[in-house]
Amino acid sequence: MKLTLNGVERDVDAHPMKRLLDVLREECELTGTKEGCGEGECGACTVLVDGAPVCSCLIPFAQVEDAKVTTIEGLGEDHPLQHAFMDEVGAQCGICTPGMILSAIALGDKPSLAQIKEGLAGNLCRCTGYEAIYRAIQKATYGRRRPAGRRSSGARKVP
Amino acid sequence: MTVVGTNVKRKDGIGKATGRTKYADDIVFPGMIHGRTIRATIPCGGIKSVRMDFDPTGFTICDHRDVPAGGKNTVALLVEDQPCLVETDVRHVAEPVVLLAHEDRETLLRANVVIDYTRQTPVFDPTSSTQTLKEFTIEKGSLKRGFDSAEVIVEGTYRTGHQEHIYIETNGVIVVPDGRDAARITGITVYGSIQCPFYVEKALKTMLGPGYRVRVVQTETGGGFGGKEEYPSMLACHAALLAIKSGRPVKMIYDRVEDMLATTKRHPSIVRHRTGLKKDGRITAMDVDVMIDGGAYVTLSPVVLSRGGIHAAGPYRCKNTRIKARAMFTNTPPNGAFRGFGAPQTQFAMEVHMDRIAEALGVDPVKLRERNALRPGDTTATGQVLKSDCSALQVLKEAVKRSGYRRKVTKYKGTNRGIGVALFFHGSGFTGSGELKLGSRAAVELTERGVRLLVSSTEIGQGTRTMHAQIVADAMGIPYEDVEVAPVDTAIVPDSGPTVASRTCMVVGKILEHASHELRDALRGMRPADYFAKNGPLRVEKQHVPPKWITWDEDLYRGDAYATYAWACDVAEVEFDPDTYEVHAKRITAVCDIGKAIHPAMARGQIEGGTVQGVGFGLIEQVVMKNGAMANSQLTNYTIPTTLDTPEMDIVIIENPFPEGPFGAKGLGELPIDGPAPALVNAMRSLGLDVREVPATPEIVALASRGVRAAAEQHSDRMTYGAPVARSVPA
Repeated sequence: MKLTLNGVERDVDAHPMKRLLDVLREECELTGTKEGCGEGECGACTVLVDGAPVCSCLIPFAQVEDAKVTTIEGLGEDHPLQHAFMDEVGAQCGICTPGMILSAIALGDKPSLAQIKEGLAGNLCRCTGYEAIYRAIQKATYGRRRPAGRRSSGARKVP
Repeated sequence: MTVVGTNVKRKDGIGKATGRTKYADDIVFPGMIHGRTIRATIPCGGIKSVRMDFDPTGFTICDHRDVPAGGKNTVALLVEDQPCLVETDVRHVAEPVVLLAHEDRETLLRANVVIDYTRQTPVFDPTSSTQTLKEFTIEKGSLKRGFDSAEVIVEGTYRTGHQEHIYIETNGVIVVPDGRDAARITGITVYGSIQCPFYVEKALKTMLGPGYRVRVVQTETGGGFGGKEEYPSMLACHAALLAIKSGRPVKMIYDRVEDMLATTKRHPSIVRHRTGLKKDGRITAMDVDVMIDGGAYVTLSPVVLSRGGIHAAGPYRCKNTRIKARAMFTNTPPNGAFRGFGAPQTQFAMEVHMDRIAEALGVDPVKLRERNALRPGDTTATGQVLKSDCSALQVLKEAVKRSGYRRKVTKYKGTNRGIGVALFFHGSGFTGSGELKLGSRAAVELTERGVRLLVSSTEIGQGTRTMHAQIVADAMGIPYEDVEVAPVDTAIVPDSGPTVASRTCMVVGKILEHASHELRDALRGMRPADYFAKNGPLRVEKQHVPPKWITWDEDLYRGDAYATYAWACDVAEVEFDPDTYEVHAKRITAVCDIGKAIHPAMARGQIEGGTVQGVGFGLIEQVVMKNGAMANSQLTNYTIPTTLDTPEMDIVIIENPFPEGPFGAKGLGELPIDGPAPALVNAMRSLGLDVREVPATPEIVALASRGVRAAAEQHSDRMTYGAPVARSVPA
């Protein structure tokens, strides 16, 4: 089955009903995509399908035929979000980090704090309490660190 | 340039953010097969028969008879009561009975094993259990004298539930058989998601017996929080049996359901307080009764109970104190280590009780705490005299000021917003003489490029590698970049003790500081790389020496329970939804004295992460037990805080040094989880919601809101055990 994986056209031989997560990790040997729960709750397996974040544990491989799939490996090793996550301690144990970063990319340019919170609501992190993740995303997208939570009035709109 | 106290780049490198870092499940060995555990399905009884209801071609099958003749069918920890695989007696629903392995995962998952049982009546309620796992009493002064001089007595019972760790990477190991003679396997290497590699090594050596070389390598670990302290020993024993029998590498990775169902959880607790007071709020007597549910085997419950009991009187001065603590066996999966280790449970009770005392006396909750907070020179419940590193009052005052507590108490009156305080402390390192017995070791050695540090302390997200390298760099007087960290591999590193008990910085960091000083002195001013080039390798290994003044009586629970304590105060602000009975955490101010923040950004991350885990413990995370098993063992219905459940946080770090810690550092990792639950519940109390139990789910809050006190007391009576608890005085 054909797809564009991390910018490269690929023909991958895998069962069409196999989870996209497993195809990526096994057939494609891209283990940066992690499994945390297997039921779409934790977001550790988040990848971008045609630019939109999806849980790769929930969709069968057949669903990405002819689609553009981006995994963490597709960002290379020098993306500003990658550096910001490490520098701001937005990654502790690191297992949620690939999924977090891909969800953050889908937020687009200069998201507000409220947009970040809403956009990452499907990505669980058990280490950081999320604050350092907000700081990392703000640093990467605004080019500087803004103290998360204290300033943005948007924060209070979140239910 | 010194690096301690600065936010240097983490030693992890960029790999965690690029997907390059390999966790256990990312590793594949040639010829590797997958392992699976077949578990009991009844909580109590005996096994009559086990039948393989599948074609066994291509399978490796193990049961208890596969434990080597020279070994023992046990997962050795404090004691050897827990079998590696059940022989006949079943004590909880998740007990492992049979192990299967196959190269194809689908085939493996389809295999059906039929077990016939004889059933016995299980015990699920620790209050009706007759089997005591451990008990002790802490006594100070005279309870009678204390209550005789009291003008008011306030009583109450408080309860906390199970909590799941929810590290995002589930438990997993790979065991590779990599030593053999002509006839048999003679050595194995374990690669796994592990907090304490030497625990795993000890368990494997005990289970396998002599004649096997055992090596344990920690793979990058996706969170632990105590959940990978003891359980990986069980998992490694299982994978080892399959690897030895099949002669092939065996990978066992739990899926989320199995991880939640079978592995350890935080001990549920029931804590009863009876407190004597003067009308002005001075405490004259504290009678505390702690009970925790240990589950089916001993695991670490005795030490969890110790820490829980020692922290049960909170950071308060009282001349007449008695703390009775008991852990009970039940027919549920064993509970075990979880960040805080008993202290979050007992300090929840203490802090909610303090607000009930304030209510009963009509005094301000902050003033009540100020009056009773421990000061330098005071003694704790175990009789430990506190030194200048005691900061209870300081953190309290700072948190009250910083949060605008006084102003907000007035502002929130008559609204659906509430505000509450919790003052708490956490002992750093192992309890009592634990560190002395452990005799932890750490080493530094020269390399071609600089210095390499060797410890068995694991990086599980908290920043071990980075923090240790900072300590070594400054103690040696060399650049941080010149320090590398050895992989945690029991064949290479000395045993620095387990990565638990908020000891990795304070205790292991101190050993590294000693070793670094000695190595620095040996170089006589030469750069490490130059010395290495000229003279070759040089290594210094040191053992931990606890402060000489520490005395501890293990039988009486008297003396210096911990070398030092970290102190903190949380102020929680909540919003109550009267339609849904949900309570939202809006904002938490956390002021923490941790002695010294070696890496301030990582220290802040520990406080933020621990605080949010504490919000989960207090409001959201509910383990539903049915017939002795977790009924909601999925992330769909056991929820942890998401970005939208997480309050704004204002974190303040205070540095009141512990003179015998590295650069003044105290323990940090566990402290922040002790406070949020009581602070949130006290904020509910400010709204008239008499909650005495966590998680304070909407159901619990609804009970408390309906006829406020009456319903809550009825509810509280349900939670009591032994003699019924008298109504609080005054009512």
